[in-house]
Amino acid sequence: MKPTNISAPDYFHKVVDCQWACPAHTPVPEYIRLIAEGRYGDAYMINWKSNVFPGILGRTCDRPCEPACRRGRVEKDPVAICRLKRVAADYKEDVKPRMPKPVARKNGKRVALVGGGPASLAVARDLAPLGYQCTVFDQDPQAGGMMRTQIPKFRLPDSVIDEECGYIIDLGIEFVGGKRIDSMKKLLSENYDAIFVGSGAPRGRELEIPGRKEAAKNIHIGIDWLSSVSFGHTSKIGKRVIVLGGGNTAMDCCRTARRLGGDEVKVIVRSGFEEMKASPWEKEDAMHEDIPILNMLVPKEFTHDNGKLTGVVFEKVKAVRDDKGRRNLVPTGEPDQHFECDDVLVAVGQENAFPWIERDIGIEFDKWDMPKVDPKTMASTNPMVFFGGDAAFGPKNIIWAVAHGHDAALSIHKMLSGEDVNERPLPDVQVSSQKMGIHEWSYDNDISADKRFRVPHRDKVVALKDIKAEVELGFDPKLGFNEAQRCLNCDVQTVFATQLCIECDACVDICPMDCITFTENGEEADLRTRLKAPAKNLTQDLYVSETLKTGRVMVKDEDVCLHCGLCAERCPTGAWDMQKYLIDMTHANSPCQQQARSAA
Amino acid sequence: MTYIAKPKFHHPGLPKNELGYTHRDYEGKISTLCAGCGHDSITAAIIEACFQLSIEPHRVAKISGIGCSSKTPDYFLGNSHGFNSVHGRMPSVLTGANLANRDLIYLGVSGDGDSASIGFGQFAHSIRRGVNMTYIVENNGVYGLTKGQFSATADRGSKSKRGVVNSDNAIDLAAMALQLGASFVARSFSGDKTQLVPIVEAAIRHKGAAFIDVISPCVAFNNHAGSTKSFDYVREHNEAVNRLDIITGRAPIHIEQAPGTVQMVEQHDGTRLALRKLDADYDAHDRLAAMAFLQKHAAKGQVVTGLLYVDPEADDLHSHLNTVDAALNTLEAKDLCPGQSALDKINAALR
Repeated sequence: MKPTNISAPDYFHKVVDCQWACPAHTPVPEYIRLIAEGRYGDAYMINWKSNVFPGILGRTCDRPCEPACRRGRVEKDPVAICRLKRVAADYKEDVKPRMPKPVARKNGKRVALVGGGPASLAVARDLAPLGYQCTVFDQDPQAGGMMRTQIPKFRLPDSVIDEECGYIIDLGIEFVGGKRIDSMKKLLSENYDAIFVGSGAPRGRELEIPGRKEAAKNIHIGIDWLSSVSFGHTSKIGKRVIVLGGGNTAMDCCRTARRLGGDEVKVIVRSGFEEMKASPWEKEDAMHEDIPILNMLVPKEFTHDNGKLTGVVFEKVKAVRDDKGRRNLVPTGEPDQHFECDDVLVAVGQENAFPWIERDIGIEFDKWDMPKVDPKTMASTNPMVFFGGDAAFGPKNIIWAVAHGHDAALSIHKMLSGEDVNERPLPDVQVSSQKMGIHEWSYDNDISADKRFRVPHRDKVVALKDIKAEVELGFDPKLGFNEAQRCLNCDVQTVFATQLCIECDACVDICPMDCITFTENGEEADLRTRLKAPAKNLTQDLYVSETLKTGRVMVKDEDVCLHCGLCAERCPTGAWDMQKYLIDMTHANSPCQQQARSAA
Repeated sequence: MTYIAKPKFHHPGLPKNELGYTHRDYEGKISTLCAGCGHDSITAAIIEACFQLSIEPHRVAKISGIGCSSKTPDYFLGNSHGFNSVHGRMPSVLTGANLANRDLIYLGVSGDGDSASIGFGQFAHSIRRGVNMTYIVENNGVYGLTKGQFSATADRGSKSKRGVVNSDNAIDLAAMALQLGASFVARSFSGDKTQLVPIVEAAIRHKGAAFIDVISPCVAFNNHAGSTKSFDYVREHNEAVNRLDIITGRAPIHIEQAPGTVQMVEQHDGTRLALRKLDADYDAHDRLAAMAFLQKHAAKGQVVTGLLYVDPEADDLHSHLNTVDAALNTLEAKDLCPGQSALDKINAALR
């Protein structure tokens, strides 16, 4: 193999698995260390810069970082990254003085943002401090979008949404609530310099089976029902409730129903339990509230009597693989099953809907009737119009919406500065040694052996009585510290200097994970089999040195490195060093575009 | 020196031996030696050898004297018996322990100061008596604990870190061991574990006095230009006579297919040693030739490594003395005191 080019920004970025997996590339280990130090405000601001909604995401994020976390490969469970983010939000000092101030002199450019959810707010957050006049339109009276209307209050209290949307509105953004944009053509005619569409995926998918019309009074579309609950229009549901669907919306529906009088709430899903789209922890929370999840049942018919829903008939299915290896659900042939109920909540998916975008204004749509959007720049085929969040590529989650927002804001800023939108500036990368003494480092390299700590929950009886009582109580500072100590500091990189190495084997001998091998070079597939411990995780890179004096190379398998720094402590010549890698993703801001950046 | 404990986590794909242990289970405490010390590599080689041989840790007694090298038994086999004895007295303590209980595997760990100076006599007598042991000298040519004076194994003409030239003749412990009748003599280098690990394994399985001289660079005081025990010098002047593969009943045979003939040697316990000759003229069964070979190459400034001599039919001290098979602590009063009638018989025979 060729010597690894560690100056390419991506190489060390990939080693920080959590940050690499995060769509917004939040510097996770950096803020976790600050939490351990009790510097909650600093930890919060790092998050705020990357993901805009730390308090909201600390409760609701889909956490792609956690399955990626190296700790999950070293022992059983990843670091509770998401809940640590909440610790920063819960215990921070007043951060208001640290927020950017509204710009005194605007730059004269006007940007319209359709929809007041996470995507639009992220764009506004990035653009307003640069002097843009941002106007956010939303059909609801308050900002927040689906974060406010679809996520139940017992998971995400209004106070958190108010605070974090407030930080953005306070940047001098004009929020026009209660105004639905009906015509893109009209909006375009209002002489904005750019338009961002972050209107989400607002339409719940229908379930057209017999009985749907007749029993319509007791059959509700999940997301519409959730927002009706959120606004206080709905405060009751029948005693027996069936929730159809296996995603996170279904989980929110069933848990909300439990709090509005549903004593017997069931979730009934077409697929198997493992294949359900809902996050494992959301399924767990639902089951903890005595909600059974029944699988492999396909709804066939709503039964009704005199216009009143009486139940749902299901066909039993099983999963069979066809000759192409695809999983298909086929009927088992067993008799259909009838479940009685008073109400049904349909949460079988969400769809985009753009009836308000005229098709003759240069915005092209594809065959699924979705706008054609460039995934890098978020630009549509109309150079003035950008998309982001669920409106761009269909339903995803908040953290993706934020990532889209950053990219779109950068594009808008570049376009309105007369630059090429397709040229994306490189991120800013810093690598700095953490050595403080012969065996002292500026990070805590003593690896904690603790297992993942559980987040304390409110007593179930109390929680089920009050729809606004937050179920998760969050880590207290002590639990937060202990959980933070589980982080392996993957951003503190092992950096090897070939010319200093005397091949004494000290690093090989001390490495607790057998990551390091000195051997003859070869092709990657061959090298992977010749290491001290087999390197079977192909998603993790091998770090290969230049050729050493004995003709061998140093090969380090990044897979399960604890970043404990023992290799560097035991190295007599300083050939190993522990260096902190910080990557600052390019957001819309002024200096980044003027100067070309070089990496590490 | 490292302050933190080595984390207990280990690679999820680590191989396990016959006993279900990984090599991590053969570790001891974290080393307090200087970073990069050759001794730590020898520690790692001993750990690997014991792991490969599936040795039960409680069947091992590790015994040492005083010095950097003699600290190392604390860093391997944390679940074995240990005795950190007086300076230079490891061989005597080991001999006593071995006589008392022949069932344990004896690992004597010593250094060039411990064995070639203060304990030179002890070393000589344990070897000439044929005590069944693995005697490892971690040889760096300097007194590291007292800041780098020449030891008795430093080559004449080599330079200290401050530029002083050594005017004394060097003791070649491997040559001494050959002369004193050791039935297994090897020399290796801490920076070459592929050579060292099988040698340690073969020595552990050898019945009789097995002696290994391991050149182990002292990174603090003896790893500079002018030293003959530095990483660079040993790598440049290493004259390996053979490569060893050890084949126990269970372990698969891995013999590199490379030029040179392979000689099979079977030891007492059935372990077979596959010796791949690197020097066609070298015969590891010829004690006299081995001694001459060592002298000849030492004169040229070369460091001869490999398995230098092995007598697969060797006996040990217990066979010479015809001692009782059982460990002394298992003997009951009735075994030790045959009674009045036996005493009367002896007395009668002397009248």
